[in-house]
Amino acid sequence: MPIISISKLSKTYTSGFTALSGIDLAIERGEIFALLGPNGAGKSTLINIVCGIVTPSSGTVTVDGHDIAADYRAARRAIGLVPQELTTDAFETVLNTVSFSRGLFGLRPDPAHIERILRALSLWDKRDSRLMTLSGGMKRRVLIAKALSHEPRVLFLDEPTAGVDVELRQDMWRLVRDLRQQGVTVILTTHYIEEAEEMADRIGVIRRGQIILVEEKAALMRKLGRKQLTLQLQAPIPAVPPELSDYELALAGDGRELIYTYDTRAERTGITGLLTGLAAAGIQFSDLHTEQSSLEDIFVGLVREGETRA
Amino acid sequence: MSETMSMNWPAVRAIYRFEMGRFWRTAGQSILAPVISTTLYFVVFGAAIGSRVSAVDDVPYGLFIVPGLIMLSLLTQSISNASFGIYFPRFAGTIYEILSAPISPLEVVLGFVGAAASKSILIGLIILATSALFVPLRIDHPVWMIGFLLLTAVTFSLFGFVIGLWADGFEKLQLVPLLVVTPLTFLGGSFYAISMLPPFWHAVSLINPVVYLISAFRWAFFGKADVSIAISLGMTALFLVICLGLVTYIFRTGYRLKS
Repeated sequence: MPIISISKLSKTYTSGFTALSGIDLAIERGEIFALLGPNGAGKSTLINIVCGIVTPSSGTVTVDGHDIAADYRAARRAIGLVPQELTTDAFETVLNTVSFSRGLFGLRPDPAHIERILRALSLWDKRDSRLMTLSGGMKRRVLIAKALSHEPRVLFLDEPTAGVDVELRQDMWRLVRDLRQQGVTVILTTHYIEEAEEMADRIGVIRRGQIILVEEKAALMRKLGRKQLTLQLQAPIPAVPPELSDYELALAGDGRELIYTYDTRAERTGITGLLTGLAAAGIQFSDLHTEQSSLEDIFVGLVREGETRA
Repeated sequence: MSETMSMNWPAVRAIYRFEMGRFWRTAGQSILAPVISTTLYFVVFGAAIGSRVSAVDDVPYGLFIVPGLIMLSLLTQSISNASFGIYFPRFAGTIYEILSAPISPLEVVLGFVGAAASKSILIGLIILATSALFVPLRIDHPVWMIGFLLLTAVTFSLFGFVIGLWADGFEKLQLVPLLVVTPLTFLGGSFYAISMLPPFWHAVSLINPVVYLISAFRWAFFGKADVSIAISLGMTALFLVICLGLVTYIFRTGYRLKS
């Protein structure tokens, strides 16, 4: 059974703006799921509905088998949320605010658990510092500590590494992997494709309130990836010969490189024909290599494709 | 389902302690301010003016103003503590944590309103203790006095909670306490018995809900009231029910809390 099941979920705000329309999504237990989408696509609305901050217009959501409306206590107990904004109680100390979060979730104080979290996030030395004295990166760590204070089974990270330095980003990636090892399901939204590429088991792409794709990361890259074939020519050529104009070739490296972009999904990649054509044109090459396109290219391609269709 | 039905007391305790923490953090200001203002009232109304005012209903004027002074602070403190308590997380954005926690609206209200009422009751008791330094106190019905103190603190903390949810800026947060509650309290007989007013203004005063609070509270001290205790209790209870209704409506609809 998926740990989160979302069915026909829609949200239209009172302003008339439809943020989500008919979302169906299942998040598997113990996976790291990355939700990608441009600004305003509905990522935060989706997370906020699951967490109880935004009321859905229609549809159902269950968390670990508990309906988020009818059995909200059990559903919310399973969830930890790290919001996008750095919202903290400026005058509180780190230890107080993290202990407060644990209490909100109905748990008895557990100083040993809180200490473990603060140490893991390099916050222990700052436990008596007021939040307003901390840097942005430290505040982000505090928000993560708060979300982990009640030992959630599902952790939502809404744009977790927006505006944080490289060190913290690496720390967070390590933390997310550790959590997954402990069986925690992690759902993150991000603008950074490299984050999804680095971390996620599965990727969902949301655009204009609709999930346009959910796929295993590796399969997605395999299925949708475009490849580039680069041929190192023995002698430079001034232009692509007209007889090869059927192929979308680009000339680079001062006429010493021919680049051919092809779709791995296509029935025929055209490589054989291209090589035959090159031989017929008397163009010889000394080396060749291929490159898989990155997730970023795939993502941009998907979003553009959707926009063209719309 | 039983989990859903049971109360999340640790959450109530967490909110209550968090809110009280704010009070103790600024304890110097929270405690010293009412002590100083009470002293000033006694200097001005008790010593300077009071010495020229004869006893009201056989109660020396300095003693007569004690219930009004307590009520004045109780109302304003209850409203400002509760409204600030819930408005600040909304303003700072930390309200997300309350909304996403397994807490029922009742538990949220118990935590915030409980803390606000506790703070204002503490301040009320501090004012009472300070008054004892200036006048020999007399409390004819101590149990009723505590009862009215509790009822008023809870009712006006609920009212403050509603204001804190309604306000969408710091100006609005101050609007009702400054422009409505303080004038009503001053005109509600804090420093005089409404029986001292000409008949017309006496009648007008009866529209003022604070008159009933102060009258009942003063009765608990001196056994004398401007209006009947039953009416006072009824009016306070009615206001409590209205506030409860508003809070229920807000949580049911998510007004200013959820989009």
